[in-house]
Amino acid sequence: MLKIENLHVRVAGKEILKGLSLTVKPGEVHAIMGPNGAGKSTLGNVLAGREGYEITAGTVDFGDKDLLQLEPEERAAEGLFLAFQYPVEIPGVNNTYFLKAALNAQRKYRNEAELDSMQFLKLVREKLRVLHISDDLLHRAVNSGFSGGEKKRNEIFQMALLEPRLAILDETDSGLDIDALKMVAEGVNHMRSAERAFVVITHYQRLLDYIVPDYVHVLAEGRIVESGDKSLAHKLEQQGYAWLEERRLPERSGV
Amino acid sequence: MSVPLLASLEQAFAQLPAAALQAAQLGESRRTHLAAALADGLPTARAERWRYTPLRALERRPFVTAAALAEIDPAVLPAGEGPRLVFVNGVFAAAHSRLDGLPAGVELLPLSQALLGADARDLAHLARRFDASDDTFARLNAAFALDGLVLRVAAGTRCEQPVTVVMVGAPTTTDIAVHLRHLVDIGEGASLRLVEHQLSAGAQAHLVNSLCHVHLKPGARLSHLRVQCEDVAATLFTRTEGVLAGAAEYQRADLELGAALSRHELNIALQGNGARLRSNGVLLADGRRHLDTRLGIDHIARDTRCELTWRGLGADRGRAVFHGGILIRAGADGTSAQLSNKNLLLSPHAEIDTQPVLEIHADEVQASHGATVGQLDANALFYLRSRGVGEAQARTLLTLAFCRVALDDLDDDALREQIDALLAARLPEVAA
Ligand SMILES: Nc1ncnc2c1ncn2[C@@H]1O[C@H](COP(=O)(O)OP(=O)(O)OP(=O)(O)O)[C@@H](O)[C@H]1O
Ligand SMILES: [Mg+2]
Repeated sequence: MLKIENLHVRVAGKEILKGLSLTVKPGEVHAIMGPNGAGKSTLGNVLAGREGYEITAGTVDFGDKDLLQLEPEERAAEGLFLAFQYPVEIPGVNNTYFLKAALNAQRKYRNEAELDSMQFLKLVREKLRVLHISDDLLHRAVNSGFSGGEKKRNEIFQMALLEPRLAILDETDSGLDIDALKMVAEGVNHMRSAERAFVVITHYQRLLDYIVPDYVHVLAEGRIVESGDKSLAHKLEQQGYAWLEERRLPERSGV
Repeated sequence: MSVPLLASLEQAFAQLPAAALQAAQLGESRRTHLAAALADGLPTARAERWRYTPLRALERRPFVTAAALAEIDPAVLPAGEGPRLVFVNGVFAAAHSRLDGLPAGVELLPLSQALLGADARDLAHLARRFDASDDTFARLNAAFALDGLVLRVAAGTRCEQPVTVVMVGAPTTTDIAVHLRHLVDIGEGASLRLVEHQLSAGAQAHLVNSLCHVHLKPGARLSHLRVQCEDVAATLFTRTEGVLAGAAEYQRADLELGAALSRHELNIALQGNGARLRSNGVLLADGRRHLDTRLGIDHIARDTRCELTWRGLGADRGRAVFHGGILIRAGADGTSAQLSNKNLLLSPHAEIDTQPVLEIHADEVQASHGATVGQLDANALFYLRSRGVGEAQARTLLTLAFCRVALDDLDDDALREQIDALLAARLPEVAA
């Protein structure tokens, strides 16, 4: 489904991703952990198509598409979703209006019939029920004045509504109370299926107790330096990242 | 050297109906004002007030005045019910107006009729409103305006239904100069909503010069929405002179979608203690439009308040000029004044000039002003696109959101939706 090979990315003249490779198959859940500044959000942003990143080498295939050739909205319509580490506040744009516009734009791209207001509201109510979130956030402007936790809930709600094939969650668990964390996990687990994949970026193994990953990767200094199953997350929780240091050295000295 | 525009107006004046120059039609003062306007000429860019808005191209164009009532398709008129006055090319259009069934205490009629039926006292009152300041356009207006809106609300009257005035520019074979003068008097403790439309019924390049006097007596309230959606080739000078007595409240929203050249002056004197003005507006300069809006808020009395929230958009090769002048005079203690003018540059070829000017001579004053010119927030744009919203639509949504701040606190939902729809209809071509 997603195949990243030897991805090199520069930001503001500085190389951040240095030959990152990762393959995600339908049905899988991958967790990505790694120290601050390692390039985790950079990876999510590059995949979603944010401007300001210079891709100097590598390829990314998404389904049968060359992902890097697509506009952000085309990537979304192809089924890619990024839950932002820092969701953006947009005063003056109503949340419901925005979501309806987004969903219908995606449907139009896929040659599916657009939903009218009634159909859309029915879908919204259905998703709200599953996620146990109240609908007052929907009547407000996008993320505007939302608390940190409310913003993250809104990301998950958007994911549930847009039903992507691949969802990348960038620290959606950070700053959440325990109930909200469970809600996020429930939202993900409810959507897990043989056709859908998740990439979960997190600093805390706690989330992975609720969303049990198939693979855990460590991203450090711009590439995946270690991969394993969920026991790797436990090890990192206990030992930190220092023990991985030596694995980066050989390649570095090889330059 | 003669200026074609002024020369053509001098000729047009000679052709005004004889009745207009009789004493009962303020004939003598018309002559005086015309002479003063001709002597002064049009303002030049050397005058600070006109620095950003040159009139050289305009002054080379001749205009005539409208002789007869032009036909229009009623479909161009805004939807809605209630009392309404319609002027086409400056001429009162009775067939499109609705003057029957006015609520008690509300007097609404065209100025042409008010002048005909005026007794001496009434005429003196109207004449006072015809005093022109030392501005050439105001003088030309005083010389030429034969018609306009006369709206007088008796003390204590609360009128629920909005009163609408529509000024339509209709295509004619020669470009015409339209002069209208509106008089709005709201009596003590009375309240009213006024909706003003300036629109076009087809391609035309007329010159509209309108002046509106607004007088609010103590405790009076006026909510005033003005939608300016003139033809892309038209020229518009419009000026409001407002005087607010004690505790009067004037709430106003202006949606200015232009003309080729538009100059709007809003001068409000807060004359009585506790008088309050809220003026919100949106300026949209796209294509090659030039929009110049100039606020002159004069705090004269104690504890007066103004809140001015204006947003400007510059797209294509458009140019928006905003001047927010606030004067707080000695003695206007306890005054509060807030001005926010934010602007979006949507194209590298557009230009926006904003000038907040705050002058304070009183004590215990709370005053703030801010003016910015920026671009759409790249993070917000990416956020919307990352959810599947196309770039053009995302830009439109964000631009609309930017403008909404200035329209949000309109207390009339129907009006707010109406202008939201107007903006939404206009923005896709502008923002994308
Ligand atoms: N626009 C930018 N300009 C300059 N440096 C940037 C920019 N964006 C990211 N960086 C740098 O790239 C590096 C990787 O940032 P990134 O946000 O991807 O880290 P991260 O792994 O997500 O960290 P965290 O765990 O703190 O969220 C950091 O050193 C960051 O400062
Ligand atoms: Mg990050």
